[in-house]
Amino acid sequence: MSAPDREQLRRQIDLDMEAGRFAAAQASLERLWRAHPSAALAGYLSSRYDRLREHRNFRPCRVAVLRSFTVEPVLPLLRAEAWTRGLDVTVQAGGFNACAQELLDAASWVYGFAPDAVILAVGTQDAAPELWDGFTELREDGARGVADRVVQDFEAWIAAFRSRSQADLVVHTLEVPARPVRGILDAQSARGQADFIQEINRGLRRIAAETSGVHVLDYDALVAAQGRANWRDEQRWAAVKLPMRAEGMLALAAEWVRYLCPITGRVAKVLVTDLDNTLWGGVAGEDGPGGIQVNRDHSGIAWWNVQRALLDIKRRGILLAIASKNNRQDVVEVFRQNSGMPLGWDDFTAERINWQDKAASLREIAAELNLGLDSLAFLDDNPAERELLRSELPEVTVIELPDSPLGFAAAIRQCPLLERLSLSAEDADRGRHYAEQRERAAALAGASSLEDYYRSLAQRVEIAPVEAATMARAAQLTQKTNQFNLTTRRYSEQGLAALAETAGWNVYTVRVEDRFGDNGLVGVILTQTAGETCEIEAFLLSCRVISRTVETAMLSFLAAESRARGLAALRGWFLPTAKNAPASDCYRRHGFELLSETEGGSYWVLDLTRADVACPEWIEMKARGGRNTESMTTVRAMPAEHVERASLS
Amino acid sequence: MNTPYLDRIRRIFSDVFQVPIETVTPQSSPDTIPNWDSLQHLNLVLALEEEFHIQFTPEEIEQLLSVELVAALLDEKRVASEVS
Repeated sequence: MSAPDREQLRRQIDLDMEAGRFAAAQASLERLWRAHPSAALAGYLSSRYDRLREHRNFRPCRVAVLRSFTVEPVLPLLRAEAWTRGLDVTVQAGGFNACAQELLDAASWVYGFAPDAVILAVGTQDAAPELWDGFTELREDGARGVADRVVQDFEAWIAAFRSRSQADLVVHTLEVPARPVRGILDAQSARGQADFIQEINRGLRRIAAETSGVHVLDYDALVAAQGRANWRDEQRWAAVKLPMRAEGMLALAAEWVRYLCPITGRVAKVLVTDLDNTLWGGVAGEDGPGGIQVNRDHSGIAWWNVQRALLDIKRRGILLAIASKNNRQDVVEVFRQNSGMPLGWDDFTAERINWQDKAASLREIAAELNLGLDSLAFLDDNPAERELLRSELPEVTVIELPDSPLGFAAAIRQCPLLERLSLSAEDADRGRHYAEQRERAAALAGASSLEDYYRSLAQRVEIAPVEAATMARAAQLTQKTNQFNLTTRRYSEQGLAALAETAGWNVYTVRVEDRFGDNGLVGVILTQTAGETCEIEAFLLSCRVISRTVETAMLSFLAAESRARGLAALRGWFLPTAKNAPASDCYRRHGFELLSETEGGSYWVLDLTRADVACPEWIEMKARGGRNTESMTTVRAMPAEHVERASLS
Repeated sequence: MNTPYLDRIRRIFSDVFQVPIETVTPQSSPDTIPNWDSLQHLNLVLALEEEFHIQFTPEEIEQLLSVELVAALLDEKRVASEVS
């Protein structure tokens, strides 16, 4: 985008804002930023987003940056980058080299600030100055001592943080110098300068793996990707403790956002892609199945890389779908005759191959997969199609692509909404779940009555107290479930773990299997015992298994379990949101009585001395009580082959 | 005052200090822009360096205290870089 074009776009943005076309203004701001991000433009975006904020939906995110170097000029870049990804970041930086006190002191501002995420950005020069420029004076045991001390420091800080805050922590790795002080000698020994710094980084990864909600940001790799020689600015480092140049600051801000998106749940669940000239070079309908380009030669490598990127993303648990203007048969032929391509027809969970406009196709795909439009990301080489989507469906994330197809794969891989912090077994299997879902839909269409359909599903429901292995998935469900969710309360993994340990609280997970396959862990219940009452704090089911009476089985479990513990009533709120209408009559349907109703929601009770909820006869249920119970309720035994699948993360 | 950079400099001042571009004059300085503190000064320096692909020395940074001073220094530096 040329400078006059950018000026023109700015005028258009102001016109759009004045006329109340806020979605259009937001789309233009995003384009402006993608085309030419800079410190000056960040100031401009800030002034415009301050006005947009009340009209558009942004996810709030509070970030504390604890650092050993100047980050102040990076913070406006962070806010600008975050806004273009749908996040409204409030950020505060700590004191220089004050990380230790700030994390160890329970009264420090960090804990009072109530951050969603804390970024621990410490440079090698500050954390391990002996390794940075005193390395030639160190003997091997001295260097080892330094590395051990640094890892121990981090371990103590992180342990203190974890005991005091439920926020996510993003910790930077330490950077290796562009030129080791021993020159080429450093590469000759396994105990060189670079290796000792990497030793610290391995320690950080170990700590992160052992501590929930702690994530490693590979600052060293970020510096390398920008080019170590171009990263540092020694003069500015000496003058204002700013270690990097302008390009580095932009790269760092973008890298932070790659963590903040998944931390705040701002993620795309489906990538909807165009086909011609996006997934392959050429046009299926004109060039024919043999004429399209996708191979490892110079003619097709760009699209080969696009397909590789999509395949990698699919393995993160993100669904792939097609929205293409084509004759369906031509496309099927392409996949049939090019079976060597990285992607096959079966990799796609949904497709709309037709001649209607793509906004309509994306709406249909979202409806078919039971997802909101904000769960969709869109990939298309045609700028006009991208523009149409931006204006018609502003909730959809449109991936901006460069002119050259050779840059497509990198642009896809850089989209922060496709990032994941951990993978559960459910994520990796998601595509299969949806394939089974299609078979279920066919069974429903073929059944003579709903009850027949329920019977034909042969569902097996297992309810168990949450465990270390299921904590991440349970927290993920509370964050992502919008439809069948009675209270829509969100919990972090750490928050949920803390509640599960709290006296009087119980956290249960619900697993559902049926004749089409294992749906995995799809439900969560949180209860708190208050006197003779079991208060239902959270009660939710993934859209994958709604309308199949699983909630009845869950309530029957709660009723039986509470009665076994001598409780007299179940109580719970239904808190309406824009999306949870499918759950609105849940309590009424199960015989609960309305206790009170306010603007915020309705409060329901089931008197266990007079009423009960029976488990549907078509559901085979196995349940284990919580920590606060001794009873074991087994309605019918689960088949022996049902084994717990290990979590990948 | 006439330099080819003036409008680009005014645009940067407007963005960095978040003031309307019409209010940015050659004489705009820390006295007329209330938002101009040391942190914003650093942001200004970085924004100018990005826009004009140059680097300021610490001594130069101290001189960048108005639109016309920025323009003058850029003229000087641009001339210097064209000669070298």
